Amino acid sequence: MELSARYARDKVVQVFIVLLTLLVIVPLAIIIIYVVVNGIGSINGDFFTQELGSPSRAIQGKPTGLVHSIIGTIIIDLVALLMAVPFGLATGILMSEYPDHPMSGFARLMSKTLNGMPAVLMGLLAYALVVKNTGGFSALAGAVALAFVMIPIISATTESVLRITPWSLREVGLAIGLPRWRVTMSLVVPAAKNGIITGILIAFARAAGEAAPLMLTSFGNNFLTFDLMSPMDTLPQRLYSLAISPYKVWHGMGWAGAIILLLFVMITFFIGRLVVNRMERQATQIENIGKNQNSKEIGQ
Amino acid sequence: MIDTLDHSQLIKRLAPARYRRPGDRVFKTIIVALSSGIILLALAMAVVLWIEASPTFSKFGYLNFLTSSTWDPVAGIHGALPFIIGTLVTSFGALALAVLPALAVAIFTSEYAPRWLATVINYLVDLLAAIPSVVIGIWGIFNFAPFMRDAVYMPIYEWAYEHAQWMVPMLGNPSGYNIITATLILALMIVPYTVALSRDAIRLVPKEQREAAWALGSTRWEVMKLAVLPYARSGIIAGILLSLARALGETMAIAMLIGNSNRLPFTLFGPAATMPSLIINEFREAVEPLHYTSIIAVGFYLFLITIVINMIATLVQRKLAGQRKL
Repeated sequence: MELSARYARDKVVQVFIVLLTLLVIVPLAIIIIYVVVNGIGSINGDFFTQELGSPSRAIQGKPTGLVHSIIGTIIIDLVALLMAVPFGLATGILMSEYPDHPMSGFARLMSKTLNGMPAVLMGLLAYALVVKNTGGFSALAGAVALAFVMIPIISATTESVLRITPWSLREVGLAIGLPRWRVTMSLVVPAAKNGIITGILIAFARAAGEAAPLMLTSFGNNFLTFDLMSPMDTLPQRLYSLAISPYKVWHGMGWAGAIILLLFVMITFFIGRLVVNRMERQATQIENIGKNQNSKEIGQ
Repeated sequence: MIDTLDHSQLIKRLAPARYRRPGDRVFKTIIVALSSGIILLALAMAVVLWIEASPTFSKFGYLNFLTSSTWDPVAGIHGALPFIIGTLVTSFGALALAVLPALAVAIFTSEYAPRWLATVINYLVDLLAAIPSVVIGIWGIFNFAPFMRDAVYMPIYEWAYEHAQWMVPMLGNPSGYNIITATLILALMIVPYTVALSRDAIRLVPKEQREAAWALGSTRWEVMKLAVLPYARSGIIAGILLSLARALGETMAIAMLIGNSNRLPFTLFGPAATMPSLIINEFREAVEPLHYTSIIAVGFYLFLITIVINMIATLVQRKLAGQRKL
């Protein structure tokens, strides 16, 4: 091929790639702008202090809000987190610190598989296990479903942050005669603390945005409740029912709820990014120090 | 020397049996016991869904349920074919739309863009993955679907009505909530996964590969085509498969945008349904035991499809890791 033709093709491909990249980025901006523009008008004091109530409230212009959904989301997600953290952390530790254990590889395979499972199936499982056996839709069943969603995420993030903690740390511990469990719990886990917490936060954010499993388990509720054994409302599933409802006021509240959800997810996301970036930088620094010392010793 | 040993070999070397203390045994037992939770969870998923769905399977048969196209809860006849077709059409359609732009983003950020721009774009794409499905669904219901109806579906439908009558039955009534809307939104939602996984694959390509191609006098695109993409190929394929698994299971946005019709044949502009959207829409209203078990049976097949695709992706990735070691 002619050289000029090759350069021309190179230019064409470059333009093509830039255009396709824009095609991906632009919708993201559009979605965020639309959510903010449409929802900002419905955010007011009532939104954070009133229950939704029956549709007639919205039609007659009485104050309605989503306080019950916000509180419900916090309760269900926290209970789910309490259930998920021990299992997730333990699996992460097993996968990273005990690679020689026969169950380690199998646990990783299962964790990967569950990570790719549609969340709606977690809802079906929680329905069959909890709702059917306790006699009705409940916040507890919702929390169990969300815990199923969280466990594989926590175990995967825990494994990956434990793996980027410098290997020399474990060598130090073992060299001064610490048993393996003390090396893990007193050296490796504390060093990876920020990363582990971030992983938990990411799992929390992911679960907080899940509507599908909750629709099959915690069902939803137009009023505020603190009873774990009764149906409870959450933001994502409320957004769905507001969006498919026929009431204009409810649509506005749906947009406003979307802002809250989006803000929460974005904040978690940026905190997570900051921590992971810092940990990776530290890990490479420590590695580089090690390498320099090695090369010095060889030099001498 | 140490560099050539991997993780597990080092641990074995550093902790010989005589250093194991009672504390070690207790800690390990706790860790293993808790970890078996995740294995139990995966097994429970398969077993419980299968048991719950068994009345449907014994009534309609495993294969017959899959291939029968009537879903009529009132008459007590259930077949999953409409939802299987809906799921496959939307997922593969979305994948076809998403792969090229996703590869472009991955190539652009790893090879073309200056570092700051690449960081910004990567942040944005990852953020797109973090947006809850239901938020995208709300945008789709109120903005995207009406816009598509007015700007695309209606004009095409009117044109077909005037000039090509034979197309009208294929198009169906233009409603805005249809397979095309759902596929487009689905494509947008899986792009971040495809980008992230192909980016990782491209990053793993050794510098020497690129340098060799540059040294031969290649243009930037030729470096990509000759050295980078072939090397990253299996990683990219695994990434595409994992994105497909995501697409198959995507629930809320699709349930909000596909219009929900259980009757074949689906038309391009008319309502349709997928397996997850069926579960969301009918589960809460399933009073009849057979209706309930049939919805679970659809969930069971969704589980099987997802597992198979995940397994294939893992195999492809493992093959990739094997190549790396050589």
